[in-house]
Amino acid sequence: MGDLHRTRERRWRSSSGLDSRRRPSRALLVALLLASVSLMTLDHQGGDDSPLEPARRVTGELFGPLETGLAAAVRPVGAVPGWFRTHDEMRAELTALESENAQLRTEVARSGFDRNRLEEYDGLMTAAENLGYALIPARVVAVGASQSFSRTVTIDAGTDAGLHADLTVVNDDGLVGRVLRVTRDTATVLLVVDSGSVVGGRVGSSMEMGFLEGRGAVGDAGLLDLELVDQAEVPAKHDVVVTWGSEGGAPYVSGVPVGRVGAVYSSLRETTQRAEIEPFVDFGALDLVGVVVPSGTRSDRALVETDGSLQ
Amino acid sequence: MTSLVRALVASAAVLVALVLQVTVFPYVAWHGIVPNLVMLVVVAAALTRGAQFAAVLGFAAGVVLDLAPPADHVAGQWALALVLVGYLAGRVQQEVRPSAIGVVATVAASSFVGTSVFALLGMLLGEARLDVPGLLGVILVAVIWDVLLTPFVLPPLMGMFRRLEPQRERVLA
Repeated sequence: MGDLHRTRERRWRSSSGLDSRRRPSRALLVALLLASVSLMTLDHQGGDDSPLEPARRVTGELFGPLETGLAAAVRPVGAVPGWFRTHDEMRAELTALESENAQLRTEVARSGFDRNRLEEYDGLMTAAENLGYALIPARVVAVGASQSFSRTVTIDAGTDAGLHADLTVVNDDGLVGRVLRVTRDTATVLLVVDSGSVVGGRVGSSMEMGFLEGRGAVGDAGLLDLELVDQAEVPAKHDVVVTWGSEGGAPYVSGVPVGRVGAVYSSLRETTQRAEIEPFVDFGALDLVGVVVPSGTRSDRALVETDGSLQ
Repeated sequence: MTSLVRALVASAAVLVALVLQVTVFPYVAWHGIVPNLVMLVVVAAALTRGAQFAAVLGFAAGVVLDLAPPADHVAGQWALALVLVGYLAGRVQQEVRPSAIGVVATVAASSFVGTSVFALLGMLLGEARLDVPGLLGVILVAVIWDVLLTPFVLPPLMGMFRRLEPQRERVLA
């Protein structure tokens, strides 16, 4: 009985201790807030060679393998709804396609997950052949949240695979983005739909040059804005826009298809043209991508060469 | 010793939440918006361990969220947002055992405050060109996501943090 009494007493005492614990220190809050602000200042002022870049790299080395491992574990499960989705899309396309083509496609859709993956690799090989660039295949293992208002993904290839910053990333549909930074076995890719992404583009039919800016959204709203250098030129609807490439091919190589011209808005007063570009790539369902590297790059994995062969 | 265990368990929870958030949840994301699991861990800590612990945990979790790939915003933004979330959630909820509605309301308010603070900081730093309706849409969806996940995520997390309370261990010993 006495023991119980003592326990109860202790409990009371500890609950009064609880009160003091629950009264948070204001100094600590201020210190933490100031620490956050200093981090932001350091990183913002530093720009590309910010003092936080090494910290980012270390965190990347740590989280990269975790993300890659978990992504590999959940991919077969996660691919199931995607598989049905592509099946649906195929159904919609069936009516428009020739019957022979349709038969072929249903056959593909009927076959399993592995067949799908093989088909993707085939697509990547065709892409390498069409573009005339050697590609390193990689898979998307992590996707940045929209709440962070930047559109980035992690891929499972890094310096070991022969990657470095400022390489072009494509898939079999078109331009995906560019490599921002690499760790040993992962790389962070900035998607072209990010609001901070600017890509030099060329309208296929008229060879007019312009700049493509992302809107920071994915899905149906994930469009790009095209502003032509020559403001008098009006891009035609459904014209294809390709990259015009940067000096030395970094960060963007030339001739990669980006998207198709959707709506065109012209403001007579400001005499400017603004065109909406619908990207070819579905950024909501990115999986297999290829990183453009010089032919013959030393890599820890098979390199898809320009003639579509694996090296 | 117990504080070391506590720190380890809390960091493990943040780590698991972060990896799930970037790897698994994109499959079910709506326009790229996923539930902010890391923030749910901080709120759970705030509701059970009080504002001070939650603010420290929020800072640590925020820094990791700012640095781990594929993040590419100015580092410190999530840190500041989550320090505020931890502190406010810990201050608002003073009862020892909050009710279910109390927990859901705290999560909703925290999610709103956290995402808004992050977005405002991004605007201040000139990182993102954002229009207000789009921004409010993202914040609203984020709040709905976080509230939807609350019944599944918060009870086990709060149970875990409660088990780590030093008072209890002293009573049992």
